[in-house]
This record gives sequence, structure tokens and C-alpha cells, in this order.
Amino acid sequence: MAGALNPGGGGAASGVFGALRGWLLAPSLIVIGFFLLAPVCMMLIYSFLTKDFRGGVIWEFSLAAYDQFIFDRGLFGDEPPKIEWIYITIFWRSIWQAAIATILCLVIGFPTAYFIATRPAATRTVWLFLVTIPYWVNLLIRTVSMKFLIRDTGPLNEWLIQFGVIDTPIHVINTNIAVQLGLFYSYLPFMVLPIYASVERYNFALSEAARDLYASRWTTLREVLLPTVKPGIVAGCILVFVPSLGAFLAPDLLGGAKTFMIGSLIEEQFKGNAGNWPFGAAASMILLTVVLIVLMIYARQQSRAEERGH
Amino acid sequence: MGVNEPGSSTAVAITNIVKRYGIGDASVLALNDVSLEIQDNEFFTLLGPSGCGKTTLLRIIAGFEQVTAGVVHLYGEEIEQLPANKRPVNTVFQQYALFPHMSVLENIAFGLRMLGKGKAEIESRAKQMLDLVQLGGFADRRPAQLSGGQQQRVALARALAPAPKVLLLDEPLSALDLKLRQAMRVELKQIQEDTGITFVFVTHDQEEALTMSDRIAVMSSGELQQIGTAHEVYEEPRNKFVAGFIGETNLLDVTVEEVRADAAMCRVGDGAPIACSVAGNTTKGARGHISIRPERMSVSKPKRGDKLTGIVDRLVYLGTDTQCLLHLDNGTEITVRAQNAHESTLGVGPGDRAALNIDAGAARLLVD
Repeated sequence: MAGALNPGGGGAASGVFGALRGWLLAPSLIVIGFFLLAPVCMMLIYSFLTKDFRGGVIWEFSLAAYDQFIFDRGLFGDEPPKIEWIYITIFWRSIWQAAIATILCLVIGFPTAYFIATRPAATRTVWLFLVTIPYWVNLLIRTVSMKFLIRDTGPLNEWLIQFGVIDTPIHVINTNIAVQLGLFYSYLPFMVLPIYASVERYNFALSEAARDLYASRWTTLREVLLPTVKPGIVAGCILVFVPSLGAFLAPDLLGGAKTFMIGSLIEEQFKGNAGNWPFGAAASMILLTVVLIVLMIYARQQSRAEERGH
Repeated sequence: MGVNEPGSSTAVAITNIVKRYGIGDASVLALNDVSLEIQDNEFFTLLGPSGCGKTTLLRIIAGFEQVTAGVVHLYGEEIEQLPANKRPVNTVFQQYALFPHMSVLENIAFGLRMLGKGKAEIESRAKQMLDLVQLGGFADRRPAQLSGGQQQRVALARALAPAPKVLLLDEPLSALDLKLRQAMRVELKQIQEDTGITFVFVTHDQEEALTMSDRIAVMSSGELQQIGTAHEVYEEPRNKFVAGFIGETNLLDVTVEEVRADAAMCRVGDGAPIACSVAGNTTKGARGHISIRPERMSVSKPKRGDKLTGIVDRLVYLGTDTQCLLHLDNGTEITVRAQNAHESTLGVGPGDRAALNIDAGAARLLVD
């Protein structure tokens, strides 16, 4: 095992040090294997088993879970298969809900990160700390608070009415907007922090050089700053999009029946006795596959950019 | 105004510039009432130690800093209110500031593209600039794939491509190693002469300033100390700072014995009076310093009647020269430099008594 994991240490060093390296790596490998790979493998296996009626699984191979996700065979399963649109719709809705939340986070997060990164070194830490403060409170509590804030009789509507912006309460709760707001609020720091890290390393002489070479402020942003800090922006987008896609707290608490997302669908399959474990596992696997494809496309683009010498 | 007639018009006029950072008690005065004129087609150098305000002055001309007070004219046009992208000047940055995500050619073409030039013109001009800095084969490389010297050339080509009226260079050679730096000095000067563009060059390296500049402005603590040709600032320093900063010098306490039209007779201790050129006005009996360059003095075995004598502290071999550190009897430390042209001609060794001989016309009286 030590030898296989020892790509750089060939030759004379591979003896004692190779073995030592293997031992030092072992704890992390065990943790990753046990807590990351094992559960995913378990879900993969479960998704191909038969459901038990009280939750749990019967150890019998079946494609029923995947079939149920894609095809509608009627109530008793004896009709000719039609495409089942319900789950695909939920899936599609989850993707664009997550995408809108990601865009919201980017639009708000980028200026925030830029602002923090351009403060004097001493005050930067304070700003960063302020960004993370809400995250010392449990996500569930924060989401419930959000619900109170935006409901029809909540402070948001009361203030808007009081200041004469609107006459009747605007209905936000249980809509897509509420879910997007919730996701945005849940994951904003995951956008701010990586972008901050990029902008903080950015050499502002590049902006001066662009200005010196007759670029307007806007062109400088678009052609010099954004391309240079792109890795941070992409990292932030992935860190917001991926958990938003599988989120269930915000859609459960802030959304309604029409805003049902894939995370909630999966959650329901494993809750209580009414669930369908293989179906939940299959939905998880489909979600995981989509996320992996997105990430692989990105990784390939990055390596292509690197080949071009970026 | 605005007509580019070589050598006849003023390229940049700086008038009573004050730059203050911060406000109230915490403010720092970076430039204190600086005025100077840079001629068209001139290689002009701002020279001074770090923190003297030379880079601030350059950034004010470029448009990266706002003046607290004062006026900047570029070929007769007042520009201190214009943003950087509206000024027909370009900058070569200290760390080059090349765009990392663009190829060498794209970097050089950037300014032309921003000016809205045609595609064909951009390409031919950018290629011409690449050839000018001898990087013809590197058009498609990224800055990260180039050596420091090559990056420096790209930065130069990028700043020259839009044909600026004035090129600003902010210590462009400081990141290069010695050999490359020396080669680039010659090349920069050559490019300046070939293009006829006014160069404003910032450096803390007096050797760089002396070898390249038509004129040098010596700065210290936000103030202008002296403007002149290399010869003038070296041979006729106006004050102690200039004498000490440009080249090496020895300062000796003197009393003025006699004042003539363009010279003064000064006495060091109880030695014979020395004829000195004078910076500024002086009167008989005044006390001051004379500055004498190490290479304008010599040491010899003491003879009877020699007034300036001391003990040789040590000899330092420097290749082309030998440096002799002399401890004068009146307590002053003196550095004398002798060329190693012949077999050791000093005739004295460490610990020996020696006499100090000052060349005629070598001493300059500084009145502070």
C-alpha cells in the first residue's frame, strides 16, 4: 500500500520513508474511506435493492427504484410505461433554483469579497469575522428565522407597508423566491470566502496597468480583474451550487408544494416508516452523477486552460 | 501647444506640486512644493532613496495619484484632473504587471485595442514592438513562461505600443540581475533615442541614473535637491545630500579664508588653504564642509611640511581600484581610491603614516 501511494518518493527513499509515509497517511485514508466512500457505496448498493414496506431494504437485486424515477407504469405497475415527469420536474427545478441561488450569491458575494480584500490588512479580519458570524447559529434556526422575517405578517412586509412602498403584503413565503432567498442566505459565505482569497492575492498593479493603457473602469473589471480571479469565482460557484442542489431545509421550511426540491424528495424517503429507501438512494445516485459530470466538465476546461499556458 | 517638436518644447511641467497622504496630524507629506520641467525628447531621471517621493511624482504624472495642490502640464495641456486612461502617457511598472491570462502579443496589443485601432494596425504595430525589444518568436507565450528579463521587455513593448507622448518607467530594472541590468541600460537609452519619446525614469540607483540620463532630478524627503546633467550633479553638487547620494564622497570641516569670484580658499584644520568651487554664497570666516571624491585624492609617504597626515587604517582591493581608509590626525575618516593601473603605487600599507594630497580643483565647498 505504501509503495502504491508513493509516486514522488521512488529510488533510495522508498524503503523506510515509504513505509513511514504509508503509516502517516493511514489515518486520513481510513477516515475518508469509512465516512465518505463507504456511505456512498452503501447508497449505490441500496439503490439496486428491493424496498421493504416498513422502510429498509430486502436484499434482492432490482432496478425498480431507477425505473420509478423515470417511468410511470400506473398505480399497479401493469400499464405500458410512460415517462414519469414528476421527478424529472423536481430535479430540473432543483437545478435552476440552485443556479439562481448561485447567481444571487455571486452578484452579492463578489462586491462583498472585493470590498473586504481591499480594506487595510488590520480591518480585513474583522470584516471576515462579521461575514461568518451568522454561521455560528444552527442552519435550522436561521432558516426558521428567515421564515418569520418574510411571512405575510412579518417585519419585511410590515416595514414595506409602513414606509409606503406597498399597500398589501407581498406574498413571498412558500414561493420560489423564498426558497432562493433561503439558499442564498445559507450559502453566501461559501461564495465570499474563496473570492476573497483570490482578490486578496490579486496584484492591483494589473488594474493600474489596464487603466494606464486606456481601459475604462468597466473594461478593467471585465478584461483584467475577473479573468485573473476566475478560479476563486468558480470555486465559490461550485461551493454554493452543489449544496444548494441537494438542500432540503430551505425548500421544506420556506417553500411549498410547488417548490419541492430533490433534497426534500430524498429526505422523505428515509424519514419514518413510509419511505422508500432504494428510491431515495437511486435519487441520490442520480444527483451525485449530475454533480460529478458538472465538476468534470469544469476540471477539463481548467486543464485545457492550463495547457494554453494560463 | 501640443506640437511635438524635438528638443524645443516642454513635455511635462510640474508646478508647485504638494502631495499629502492622510489628513490632520496623521498625514504624511510625500511631496513638498516640487516644481520641474522635463523637455521633449529627454531622458529624465528622478533619483533618490526610497521614500523620497520620486515614485509618487511619477504616479501623479501617470494619473494614479491625485495632487493635494499644484498643476501638471503635458505639452501645454493641464492634466492633473484627467483619469489615468485619458492621459497620453504609458507606464512600465516595477514588477511589470503583465496580464497573466493574456499572451505576450495580447499584452502588447491591449493599449492599441483600448484606443480602438483597427485589427490590422494593432497586429502590425504589436509585431513591430516585439521586434523592437527582440522578442519576435515569443508572441504566443504567456508571461509566466518568460524569464524576468523577457518580461521586462514585454512590459516595455506594451507601454511603447500606443506611442505615448511620455513614457514613465518605475524602477524597471531593479528586479533584474546585474549583467542584464547593465545590458538593459544601454538598450533602454538606445530605444529612447530611436523612438524620440520622452522618458521619465525613476530609480534609486545612482549609477543607473548617471549612465542613462540627459538630466537628473535628485530628490530627498519629498523635496527637489538639484536638477542637472550627470556631470553637473556629480561634479557640482549643490548640497551635502546630493554630494553624498551621488557617488562616494568625503566631507571635511573647513573655515573659509578668502572668497573670490567663483571660488573660495578654505583651510582644513591648520593645513594650507585649498581652492574650492562654491555652491551658493559664502563669506570669509564662515564654517562649512568641502566634498572631495575619493578618486580625486591620493596618499603618499609623509614628507616634512605635509599638513594633512594620518594613519592608514586598511587597504581594500576592489579589482579595478584599491580603496585606502585613512584616519586623519584631526579624527576625520577619509576614503581614497587609486586605480590599480600599475604595480601597487600607493607606497603605504596598513598602520603606516601617510600624507593626503588633494588634486587641484577637486574640492567643492558646500554651505548648508
